Amino acid sequence: MSMTIAEKILARASGRKQVSPGEIVEANVDVTMAHDLTAPLAIEALEGMKVKRVWDPSKVVIVLDHQAPATTLELAKDHIMLRKFVKDNKIQNFYDVDQGICHEIVPEGGFALPGRLVVGADSHSCTYGALGCFATGVGSTDMAAIFATGKLWFRVPESVLFRIDGKMRNRVAPKDLILKIIGDIGVDGATYRAAEFAGDGIKNITVAGRMTMCNMGVEMGAKTAIVPPDRLTREYLRGRARGKYKEVFSDRDAGYVEERTYDVSKLEPQVACPHRVDNVRPARDVQGVEVDQAFLGSCTNGRLEDLVEAVKVMGGKKVAKGVRMIVSPASREVYVDALNAGVIQKLVHAGAIVESPACAACMGCHVGILGPGEVSISSSNRNFKGRQGSPDGKVYLASPATVAASAVKGKITDPRDM
Amino acid sequence: MARAWVFESDVSTDDIIAGRYLIKHDPKELGAHAMENISPQFSRMVRPGDVIVGGRNFGCGSSREQAPITLKAAGVSAVVAESFARIFYRNSINQGLPVITCSGVRSGFKNMDEVKVDLKGGTVRNVSTGKVFKADPFPDFILEIIKDGGLIPYLRRKGALKSGK
Repeated sequence: MSMTIAEKILARASGRKQVSPGEIVEANVDVTMAHDLTAPLAIEALEGMKVKRVWDPSKVVIVLDHQAPATTLELAKDHIMLRKFVKDNKIQNFYDVDQGICHEIVPEGGFALPGRLVVGADSHSCTYGALGCFATGVGSTDMAAIFATGKLWFRVPESVLFRIDGKMRNRVAPKDLILKIIGDIGVDGATYRAAEFAGDGIKNITVAGRMTMCNMGVEMGAKTAIVPPDRLTREYLRGRARGKYKEVFSDRDAGYVEERTYDVSKLEPQVACPHRVDNVRPARDVQGVEVDQAFLGSCTNGRLEDLVEAVKVMGGKKVAKGVRMIVSPASREVYVDALNAGVIQKLVHAGAIVESPACAACMGCHVGILGPGEVSISSSNRNFKGRQGSPDGKVYLASPATVAASAVKGKITDPRDM
Repeated sequence: MARAWVFESDVSTDDIIAGRYLIKHDPKELGAHAMENISPQFSRMVRPGDVIVGGRNFGCGSSREQAPITLKAAGVSAVVAESFARIFYRNSINQGLPVITCSGVRSGFKNMDEVKVDLKGGTVRNVSTGKVFKADPFPDFILEIIKDGGLIPYLRRKGALKSGK
């Protein structure tokens, strides 16, 4: 019987020839990740289970990124505890506060490989599906179960196919596409499902762009989001992949519960308005909303091409008076590449505040907290009430190009008007 | 008497407990900030045993397991909703917080209606109006996990964790 990529990976990981949607399987996890806000609870749960050691330290990745470096005493203590846990468990794949965001580290470090089952204690772990693996997020108790046994139960999800056609125009980005999709199907439009992005159009989208799209799979409720591996996947993984991998593809006649087609050649810049990720409108229709903060970064859009695009859009102009533009490269590697490319210099000269690689302003627990009544245009993935600080603040989500254009103009701006 | 706290669809885990509090380890401290961003009076007014009635996609967003921990610590005895987001659903069972999927429940309750949840029988009753909603009953092992207060106490009671490693 034919299967989708998601089904094939879960079948392989659970030692079966065949699985069908709805079935519950116990699967072996190939790689697992936890960070400074989810690992402490997982370790507490592990202690509750009376387990002292993780099942296989080589398969565990720990990243300190959500409040990195620590800005509170509480988290400084958690960081100390996590460093000790990593040492006691001989976990080599440890990334301290200077390395960057978990969802950039895991792909960059070559942990997310086609055909693998990757589980992270963070909802945006679905990012890694950009490399053709089955990647999903869980909570801390489930993470503790994986730490203890290397296994977890899963319900095999139904798959929904997004067929992407065409090529995006200048200043239109993968972020605009995923916002458009979420606007169409809603924040629960893919709940419990595997979202597969395929078609000729996806071949024109870089691996970084695919990560942006898969990252936001969870914003429509998806359990995982997957792009079939291709030439770009292999190029990205050259010199990075930790171990061999086998590419997995959906069968021609695989069963999807839903199929949708998007012709991206007609796509325009999009903005998700407060306080819902599916409250999406063309950037043109939101133009003129004044902003206090412009955030360029996060696991959604903090990669090199995002920073390069922002600099291009800004074209040597300064950040508008009264606007704080906060930039946080997604990782140290991105930071160094951006430095070498002269991108960081341009951002600093334009008046941007460049922060160390971390989650930064995305989730209201580190730098760039929004005050009451303030407005943020953000390249991140969530605009829930209070997400970036005050519940009386407002967050608009957009592409790096739209964020950069808005930073320069001081109000939400369609980047094609720059 | 348990009262219903009625919320709209798509309550996120950020709504349940904001990111700035995730560094707190004491459940009581978390509970004191439950629902703060969308219902500032909630944590002051909620009484032990009260029930949250939600719409679709309850618990969407972040994987933070602090969300069900927060609700339990605030005194919430169950969440009844039209549908749940998947990570929150799993986390809630693991923390021993009953999460009950129940069609038509959102429009069947007003804030502060009296509510009675029968986990075993799979019913949610609006005592104030007399209306009864049918839910999918939990299998016995999930009922046991909830009764024990979560997956870890359940495994401990079952003796599954005795040997350790």
